[in-house]
Amino acid sequence: MAGIFIDVEVSDDVRGDCELAKKLQEACPVDIYAAAQEGVEVVEQNLDECILCGLCVETAPPGGVRVLKLYDGGAALER
Amino acid sequence: MRFYEYESRRLVEAAGIPVTDYGFAQTAEEARKIAQEIGGPTVIKSQVLSGGRMKAGGVQFADTPDEAARHAEAILQLEIGGHMPRGVLVDPKAQVKQEYYASVVWDGTAKKPLLLFSDMGGVDIEEVAEHHPEHVGRGHFSNLLPFSDFQAKQVIAAAGVTGRELTRLTPILARLAGLFQDRDMTLAEINPLAQLEDGSFVALDAHMEMEDEARPRQKAVLAELGIADDDVREVHEPSPFETKVGAVDAADHRGVIQGKDTGFHGNLGLVIGAGGGSLTLTDAVRSHGGDPANYSEIGGNPSVAKACGLAKAVLEKDGVEKLAVMMSIVSNTRVDIVARGVIKACLELGKEPSETIAIFRIPGAWEEEGFKILERYGIDYCDRSISMHEAARRAVASFQEDPAEAEAEAARP
Ligand code: SF4
Repeated sequence: MAGIFIDVEVSDDVRGDCELAKKLQEACPVDIYAAAQEGVEVVEQNLDECILCGLCVETAPPGGVRVLKLYDGGAALER
Repeated sequence: MRFYEYESRRLVEAAGIPVTDYGFAQTAEEARKIAQEIGGPTVIKSQVLSGGRMKAGGVQFADTPDEAARHAEAILQLEIGGHMPRGVLVDPKAQVKQEYYASVVWDGTAKKPLLLFSDMGGVDIEEVAEHHPEHVGRGHFSNLLPFSDFQAKQVIAAAGVTGRELTRLTPILARLAGLFQDRDMTLAEINPLAQLEDGSFVALDAHMEMEDEARPRQKAVLAELGIADDDVREVHEPSPFETKVGAVDAADHRGVIQGKDTGFHGNLGLVIGAGGGSLTLTDAVRSHGGDPANYSEIGGNPSVAKACGLAKAVLEKDGVEKLAVMMSIVSNTRVDIVARGVIKACLELGKEPSETIAIFRIPGAWEEEGFKILERYGIDYCDRSISMHEAARRAVASFQEDPAEAEAEAARP
């Protein structure tokens, strides 16, 4: 189930990076990222739990991960 | 937390107050044995946490051990006030010359313990206070300064007791005050405190209640009484709503939610943040003519799922039409997370958030994000500049069809 309040966009480069997938999994306090065999998996049912801490945005290279506030016209969380 | 009578008696006994040679039994056979050891007429008393035992048939008199066993068997199967008994207390039938009443109760208004004493025991003290006020002595004492026996003596004397009785009763009431303080009680009551034919005094019944928060401090005493950590001693069986909220809370360690609805049957569901604010807001809703459906608390930064679970449980209660979400000024719980949770609950139940959420009073952390979410869904919200009382008034007014009329109605004194 997609989030009502939050969405996450992962660039193709990041999505296929297994090392980064592990780091994202570790960084996110509410388990929105999982390290799958093919790389980053977004756990949709946890999206609305996002606390906007920005750790994923910091962990990924610039533009690699975007956290979008759907209630705010899709504004992206600043790095 | 409430203690069973047999536990209360042990506490009283440990405090140096004389009790009868009672025994606690969980089977008819055990009751027979105790009655045999007592060797005379006995009283068999149901051990339940609810009141009204006598009326419900939970107290019976027996002349022989066989009769005691028969009564025990019947009482052990007798539900009283929704509770099955933990066991029965087998007590020798005392030869009573006079019954007295002694208690110490926490006076929340004075913020001090209050000593109460009457020479008319064995009945409701409220009744005695109403019809025979001259037979009730009372006096506060300090929880900080050492207790003096003289304070107990004054209270007993104020009930009209003099002479030898006054001298013998003074240490009993003083010990009860000591028990109240040492064991973090909110109520320590002996009723009746009986004077036997030989002039001695014994506690024939005792009722103790301890501050819930004191459980860790009183661990040793509770262990001695055989009370396990998970023995929560709810006075009422939890309602389906309370069970549901408890399960949502237990499923996720983040934040704390609490929900009670015993005695609440209204149409306005409450989701309230910050300790004392919950009681104040529930009262504020009532004072504006509103009818709360529940009492609840949310805090400690819960997850969205937890806030959603609480809001859903409230909205699913029979008769609930709207939800008021109100945070007190001391709340540091994230407003945006709570807002997401309650909106999600509405949407998942197929309800329109702007029509279902009567008011959202916002103090807390991350208010700006909270404002954005509430605006996006068209929910009526206010910030800390609007008092809790005014927020409650608006929530109640939202039930009126004509907003202007509603405003006028709610503004009437
Ligand atoms: S902002 Fe924080 S909580 Fe949200 S997805 Fe990124 S790491 Fe997870």
